[in-house]
Parts: sequence; C-alpha cells; structure tokens
Amino acid sequence: MSLVIEAAVLGVLTGGVYALMASGLTLIFGVMRIINVGHGALVVLGAYLSFALFRSIHMDPFLSLVITMPVMFAIGVALQLVFVRPLKTDREALSVLVTYALALGIEGTLGYVFTTNYVELRGWYETASFAVFGFHITYVYVFGFLLCVAILLALFLMLYRTSFGGAIRATMLNRTAAQLIGVDVDRVSALAFGVGVATAAAGGVVFGVTNAFNPGSHYDLISRLLTIIVLGGLGSLRGAILAALIMLVTEDVTSVVISPVWASFAFFVILVAVLIVRPQGLYGVRARDRI
Amino acid sequence: MSLLEVDNLSRRFGGVLAVDGCTLAVEAGSITGLIGPNGSGKTTVFNLVTGFIPRDSGDIRFKARSIAGLGPDRIYGLGIARTFQLARIFPRLTALENMLVPVRRAGLGGLFARAQRGHEKARAMEMLEFMEISHVAGTLGGALSYGQRKLLELGAVMMAAPELVLLDEPAGGVNPALLERIADHLRRLNRQGVTFLLVEHNMSFVMQLCHDVVVLNAGRPIAKGTPQAVRADPAVLDAYLGA
Amino acid sequence: MTVGPMHVGLPRMALIKALGLVVLAVAALMLPLIAPDPGTTNIAVFTMMYVGLATAWNIMGGYTGYISLGHAAFFGFGAYALGLLLVHLNITPGYAPFLLVPVAGLLTAVLAVGIGWIALRTRAATFVIVTIAFMFMLQLLAENLVTLTGGGAGLGLPYPHDWGGDFFNTPYYYAMLALAVLALAVSWWIRRSKFGLGLLAIRDDEDKALAVGVRTRAFKLTAYVASAAIVGMIGGVYGYYVTYIYPQFVIDPLIGLSMVLMAFLGGLGTLSGPVIGAVLLEPTQLEFAYRFGASRLYLVFYAAVFLTVILLLPRGIVPSVADLVRRRRLSP
Repeated sequence: MSLVIEAAVLGVLTGGVYALMASGLTLIFGVMRIINVGHGALVVLGAYLSFALFRSIHMDPFLSLVITMPVMFAIGVALQLVFVRPLKTDREALSVLVTYALALGIEGTLGYVFTTNYVELRGWYETASFAVFGFHITYVYVFGFLLCVAILLALFLMLYRTSFGGAIRATMLNRTAAQLIGVDVDRVSALAFGVGVATAAAGGVVFGVTNAFNPGSHYDLISRLLTIIVLGGLGSLRGAILAALIMLVTEDVTSVVISPVWASFAFFVILVAVLIVRPQGLYGVRARDRI
Repeated sequence: MSLLEVDNLSRRFGGVLAVDGCTLAVEAGSITGLIGPNGSGKTTVFNLVTGFIPRDSGDIRFKARSIAGLGPDRIYGLGIARTFQLARIFPRLTALENMLVPVRRAGLGGLFARAQRGHEKARAMEMLEFMEISHVAGTLGGALSYGQRKLLELGAVMMAAPELVLLDEPAGGVNPALLERIADHLRRLNRQGVTFLLVEHNMSFVMQLCHDVVVLNAGRPIAKGTPQAVRADPAVLDAYLGA
Repeated sequence: MTVGPMHVGLPRMALIKALGLVVLAVAALMLPLIAPDPGTTNIAVFTMMYVGLATAWNIMGGYTGYISLGHAAFFGFGAYALGLLLVHLNITPGYAPFLLVPVAGLLTAVLAVGIGWIALRTRAATFVIVTIAFMFMLQLLAENLVTLTGGGAGLGLPYPHDWGGDFFNTPYYYAMLALAVLALAVSWWIRRSKFGLGLLAIRDDEDKALAVGVRTRAFKLTAYVASAAIVGMIGGVYGYYVTYIYPQFVIDPLIGLSMVLMAFLGGLGTLSGPVIGAVLLEPTQLEFAYRFGASRLYLVFYAAVFLTVILLLPRGIVPSVADLVRRRRLSP
C-alpha cells in the first residue's frame, strides 16, 4: 500500500511538469484553434538549450531559464508569424501538418548538432533526497514541481489579472467577437504562441532534469501531451492540468501495481473510456457548433 | 390529427430554459409560421424537431408516430426536411451535385452505384429549372451568389420529396425581387402538397404567405391562429414590445 | 459559361487521358524488365507502396476531410498480422504468403471498425489527435506483448531463399503494384458513387449533410475501414519484404505522415493527386535518407518540402494545374 501511495505522490509531482507543458499546448489551441504538434519538439529544444548552456558555461539548468525562456518566447513568436499566420483556409487540419513538419525540422537540426545520443541535465538535486513520513523523495522532483506550479500560477495571473490576459480569454471564447470589440487578434495570437513556447522551455528543463532525452524524445512527449489535452477538453487549461495529474498518477500507480511497461497503456485506456462517454473531454464543449 | 405535433417539449441550456413546455401543431397542407422575438426559442424548436439537439422532456410526433430521440438523418428519411439560416450548401460541390446529395436510394447497391444517374440528374435539372437557377448547374456552390444559394438549398431539400419542410428564415437577407420569387416557389410547392413550417422575422412575408401562425415567447407559444387573429392579439404586441 | 469550351475539348482530352493511362500501365508492368538491378527495383517497391498508401489514405482523409495521422497503426498491424499468420501456420516462403495478404487486410478492417467507432465520435482536431493516440497505443502493445510479437527484439518472417539476385525484389514489386491498383480502383469507384458524393458532402459541411439524410457515421466508418484495410494489406507485403519487423519501424509516425504529405502534395480528394505525390516524393526521400540518414538532416529536408507545399501550394499540384488549364482554355 505504501508503495502505491509513494507512486501516487510521485505521479502528482511529475504530473506538474506535464500540466505545465499541456497548458502551453492547450493555450495555443484555445487562442488560435491550431494543434501544435511541434510542442513536444519545442520542449526538447528548450531542454537542449539549457543543456548547451550547462555544457558551455556550466550554468545551472533551472537558472538557465532566465535566458532560455525569453529566447523560446521569441522563437515562438517567429514561428507563429512565419508558419502559422499564413494559413488561411482549413487552419485546424493544415496547422497539424505544418507543426508536425516543424517538429521534424527541430528533431533533424538537434540530431545534427547534438547527435542522437541520450543526454540529461545535471545538478546536485538530481540524486539528493529527503524523507517525509518514511517516503524518500528526490529533491529534483520537488523543485521541478514547485517551478511548474509557480509558472502555472503566473500564467493564470496573467490570464485573469492583466488586460493582455483578458484579450487572450476573449479571443479563446470568440475570435470574431473579440475582433469586434477591438482586440488585435493577430497580435494576441503571436504573443500567446510565444507564451506557450516559453512555458515549453520551462517544461523542457524539468523534463530534462528528470529524464534522459534525445532529439527523438518528442514523439513520446507529444503523444502524451496530445492525449492529455484531449482528455481535458481542447482549449481548457483546467482540463489540461487535471488530465495531466490523472495521467501521471495512473501511470505511476500502474507501474508499481501491474508493471512499468503497461503504465502508459493504462492511461490510453482511460482516454478511450472517456471518449466513449464524453467525446468532448472532461471540460470541453461539443464540436457540433454551427447549427 | 395534425401532420406534426409538438407536445410539452422542453430544452434547457445551462440555466436558460430555451424551450419551455412548448405544444404546437402543424396541419397537413398548411404553411405555418413560427414567429416571436429574438431568443424566444424558434430555432431551438427547429433543432429539436429535426433531431439536431436532444430534448429534455416532451414528445414530437410526425404522422402520429413519435420521432423524439431519432437522429437528423433518420428524421430526414421519414419526410421532414429543413433549411438553415443564411443558406447552407456544399461549397466545393457543383450546384447539380448539391441537388443529388439529398436523393435517397434504397439498399447498398444504390449507394455504391454511380452518383449521377440519368433519371436523377434529369429530375435535379428539372428542379433547378423550377428554381430558375439551371444556368449555374455546373458552378461550385461556393461561387454562387447568396440568392442563388438560398434557391439551391430549397431546391435540394425538395429532391427527396419531403412532406414537411422546416424553413429557417427563408426571407432573411434577401432582396424584395427574390423575396417575391421565393414566396411564389413556396406557394407552388405547397399547392403540390408540401407542408411548410417557417421561422421568419419579415412580418409582411409571414402575413401574406402563412395560413396559420404560432407566436413563441420565452420558449412557449403565447398565441395561435390566422395571421389576422394573431396580429390583433394584445399578448403578441406585449411580447414584441417587451411590456 | 464554363460549360461550352470544356465540352468541345472533352473527347480529345479523354483520348489523351486514356492513352496516357495505357502508357503508364505498360511502363509500370515492364519496369522490373527494363531496370532489373536491385537498387532500382527497391526504390520501385517503396514508391509503389506509397502510391497505394497515399491513395488509400485519401479515401478517408481526402474525401471526408478527416485527417488521420495514425494510419501507420494499420500499416504496422497488417505487417504483424501477416507475419504472425506466416509464422504460426508454417507457411513456406515463396508466393504462398501473398495469398494471405487479404486475410491481413480483413483483420486490419476488424481493428479499424473498433478504432473508428471510437475515434469517429470526435471531429476535426480531436479526431487527428485520437488517431495519433491510437497509433502510439498500438506501438506500445506491439512492444509489450512480447510472447506474441517478440517485442522490441522484433519478429522474423519467413525468408524466400529461392529468390535471389535481380529477381528478389520483383514479386514484391508486382504485389505492391497490384495493391496500388486495387487502392486506385476502390478510390475511383467511391469517387463516382453516391456514397462518395456523401463523403464529399461530409467534408464540406457535416451537419448539413446529416440534415439532408446522409448517414454520416456509417459513411465515415465505411470510408475509414476501407482505407485502413488497404493500408493493412500493404503493410503485410512490406513486412514480408523486409522480413524482420520491429514495433517502432512498422508503426512509425513518419510512415503515417508520409502518406498524408504525398496526398497533400498531389491534391487532396483527387484520384491522381496521391499517385503524383508519391512518385515525386518517395524516390527523393529514399535518396535523401540514403545520403544524409546518419546525420538526421534528411528530416530537415523533409520538413522543408512539407512546409513549402503547405504554405505555397495548399491545394496541391493537381487542383492548381487543373485551374491553370481551365483559365488558359477560357482566355482565347
């Protein structure tokens, strides 16, 4: 039993980083109605940027976010301007293909620069641990979790306490109406994409300190992130966070109760079950829209 | 017995009762108007009758048979067709192909046989001529003018020979000349035995065309009768003026 | 008045088209005789494979507009289905395995009914994601069901030792050609049928289609299953061709993406588009993978082609060229 509880706690801690990554993804969907299949690759790119800083000037991965997050924000804005904005018709479907291509481009470039060998981000907290109620918890999970919670809080504060956040929420609710009341939706879209990609950088660091990764890691990441946002309901931040926690707790508990190889499978089973009962996901709205 | 009977129908959206214990009937062979202020639940009634949204309670009967709970495709198959606000057609199909989509065929053999069968095509061209848009038969739906789309949509739903047609704002956004043509088409189809139920804001259109009028307010009928009787009803005036 | 001039040009166009088709068919049939070296026939096998895959994918993605990025699941499933049949039924390698390909297709169809029943409850973006999720789910199953599939160690299929030298690739080439022709025939038949018209109506406006009596769920599921079954059969032949299959190489997201890209490049929802897309892209892709495979740069090339196509030619080659021809014919 204590093993199960320990697994559940670990699930919540690691769920934090998935909640953060999925939030960025679902935010981008909500604002632009596009699915950023390149989100996993951007997370990996963020991890590699921190890795490069660590390798060249021995900067602590968490500290390197001060540099990588603004850089990734700029990359996000640029990607939106160059590749997403030109899509005029059939945006939802075409964006999937465009961002998939971006993912491949990033994977290929990273593979060329860093090779396909696995690497990881290192710090003293990676192996050091402390005990609570007899459970051993490695510092890195706690730090990662706290960082993710902090960034998520900042994201929510931005969305609900600033006028830019108001513009984002207006655009998410109804793009045309937002335009009518004077929201510059093109600008909001570009900036929101930037914000989403910047959170990917933070997600990348936490992912990188808790996992070994290589340029191909984005497939696994994106398949998880996409299922998370579908489970949560596309475009719902709350849904993404809840679904991320459900996924990771399910995985970690399954891996101690049944077997680690079936961990992700258990989550897929939950996803399928939810889709049968509620195709729109936990917090989503039904897709039949234009009646 | 009426052709369509809506019995104590209700539907709630979140906290809003869009349709609230609505009871109304459409007589066979009539042109019935469904009017009411904005947000009174007219389009919701359409969506409930045609199976696009499920009801919370109540019953819908067509030719004395309950159709509540059936999907839109089944309901269409029973002989109830509908048009949409702002005219919805298939933009990447030609006008002729648009006419052929609604044609029903029995059996799998029919389904996998050629789409453009001779006699169906001839009938579609006939209907396009009736609607006076046969000259655009080969044009993509998306390239048609708004008026042509309205006529195409109406012509297309008639292809399956429905007994009851629900029209959502047939006069909406249409110029006076076209309005006269649409009214004329509807009268001629009605004389051939087609029953119409239409939602409309253009009162003169409703008054000159409809035999019966039902006035909806806050999701339930507040008046029924001939256009003249309804127009004279003080409750109707109250509803429109919000008194 | 677009009707007049087009009708005048029609018989001659039809003749040119028919002649072109005959030439293409003869060329496709003669290819292993004209260029028998294994390097060339290997490229031919893969190109024909993608002609079939892109055409089959187009039956769902092109006609109904439901973009499946997870068709690699059916490809891989077909490969495993045929592989396991061959191993467990002790089939002698040679021509006999080809006879079991339809069985692999049938099994894939059964799987597609299940997956489609769930995935088609969703639309647009959610559908795309669900297809991806199912693909990874299947990949995971192939890895985990070690006693059945061999897991990550792979599954070995019977190897036809009698075939050697230049001849080795030839039977596979004709098998792929046959399946590509099957895919084209099904696609053509659907395109001109009442059923196909319903699929196109779904693509244009699904709720409207429902309102005029198109049984959208049954239509979509039928198209999905037909598309998946053909992909499964092609996967089966592929498995027999490469003789050793691994979960991450037969249920490979890139295979699923490639068929989509080819259909897009050639022209979504057209008959010849996916063929043209496959013939243009697959040899180029093989060449790049061969030259730059180790450095992963071929992925960058791939991304570049993809982005160029979608941003500059979003409708694909065939519709764009058709437009050009129509416009030139209209201006005297």
